[in-house]
Amino acid sequence: MAGLRGEAVVAGFVERRPQRHFGGTPLLTLEQWADLAADALADAGIDPRDVDGVCCGGDIAETSHFVPATIAEYCGWKLDFAERLDLGGATSVGMVWRAAAAIELGICDVVVCAATQQPRPAPPLPEPPNPRAGFGASSTTWGSPQAEFDIPYGNLGQNCGFALYAQRYHDVFGWDERSRAKIVADQRVSACANPDAVFFDRPVSVDDVLASPVIADPLHMLEIVMPCSGGAAVVVTSASRAARLPHRPVAVTGFGEHLTHKTPTYAPDLTTTPVGPAARRAFTMAGLRPSDVDMVELYDCYSITVLLTIEDSGFCGKGEGLAFVRDHDLSYKGDFPCNTNGGQLGFGQSGLAGGMSHVVEAVRQIQGRAGDRQLGRHDIAYVSGTGGIMSEQVALVLRGT
Amino acid sequence: MSERPAKPRPHPTPTSAPYWDGLAAGEVRVQRCDACGTWVHYPRHRCPSCLSDRLSWHTIDSDGSVYTFTVARRPTHPAFADEVPQIIAVIELQHGVRMTTTLVGVEPDAVRIGLPVKALFDPGEDGVTVLRFSPA
Repeated sequence: MAGLRGEAVVAGFVERRPQRHFGGTPLLTLEQWADLAADALADAGIDPRDVDGVCCGGDIAETSHFVPATIAEYCGWKLDFAERLDLGGATSVGMVWRAAAAIELGICDVVVCAATQQPRPAPPLPEPPNPRAGFGASSTTWGSPQAEFDIPYGNLGQNCGFALYAQRYHDVFGWDERSRAKIVADQRVSACANPDAVFFDRPVSVDDVLASPVIADPLHMLEIVMPCSGGAAVVVTSASRAARLPHRPVAVTGFGEHLTHKTPTYAPDLTTTPVGPAARRAFTMAGLRPSDVDMVELYDCYSITVLLTIEDSGFCGKGEGLAFVRDHDLSYKGDFPCNTNGGQLGFGQSGLAGGMSHVVEAVRQIQGRAGDRQLGRHDIAYVSGTGGIMSEQVALVLRGT
Repeated sequence: MSERPAKPRPHPTPTSAPYWDGLAAGEVRVQRCDACGTWVHYPRHRCPSCLSDRLSWHTIDSDGSVYTFTVARRPTHPAFADEVPQIIAVIELQHGVRMTTTLVGVEPDAVRIGLPVKALFDPGEDGVTVLRFSPA
């Protein structure tokens, strides 16, 4: 099949520590973006003047349009490749394969992919109230299908939509809430080995998860990510350049992406998610099977997201996810290391940088830089990103060279 | 105590107006593609199966069943605080048509996937009738 040849690699990264209550100096998001780029390039050992590509998301608060051009101008770059992605939580993972593809096409050689999520300074004049405040990523604009057919019934934001998935899943495949809660508890073991995690030193048991308040049946508070400040960036470059750089190059050897719907009401099937086709493409491209990977870094906005992603990515059969979780230890010490930094459920969700945290952790592990939670076997990682409500998913296979 | 924000309401478009007119008349009207036979909801300008623009309106049975649901124990938006615990559901109607709604007249613990439900046409002061469901 057509695809990547593994000739584009992640060479370096930076990640800000997630904070529930930001303790630093507020900066404009353009300033945060430039800081992340500078730090990631320094980590990679690449001269900032060599940057010729940018992947960004919708997080630049200072401008809603012409975002890549504004970044180019602000950082003083002349770009041959510029992408602004709109894939929700899958945005950061989607950046990485786009950067790799552009590099393999030969149109650029150093691509910075970054996501900011820290407070900005207070503006001198009060900004007009945001008419969409409180509606999350749900569009209230006239003519939007959500605004007309879903939001008037309270179907908005994320909790409700993922709960609709979870309810249907359990109805079809069985009510085993303890296994769903075990995902959270196992990941928290890894968070407790990660001093940067927002829930470092805060272990939870399955019973703790099930004793936390139900927010949207059947999802409990501890099955839902904690929003944090933060930020993350990676630098993608050619394998030939990376051979001269300090860290072990991490090749992007496979990817897939699949989108099907925005709102679960109109999803083709609530028990099967778009990551299936994405994962199959990624593994085929990489010439690997799911059983070949040393770790999985799965987008985990909710416990149910992890469960569905394990199944649909092919780590077990359809409907076998609950038994799979019951039979495996998902912590970094276990036989199925899943979200070795604690995942967003244990590490914290820093906006779009939350999606990047899965890429960063995979690269960190493959490069042997994961400290107390370093895996023994750490050559191949599977990474997923999820946007919307199982609306759009991206899969990556990363491999140390 | 701060005032509860106004509940978001549907604002029909030229394409969707027949659906809302149907609800006001106590009927569920949905589109069917004359080219490929696909039943279509929400209303569209073109068929999401074949992109034909030959869509016609048909009245369907307003009885259905619960496809999935959740109980919002915390309001999904402050405007819905007075409806908590709010039962947000996806209902499957005749021809496999699915739509978002809220279930009323039932305790949260009594709701199950597959529960038969009947339509409840709920007219608003703004002239728009929304579609809720309760156990059949």
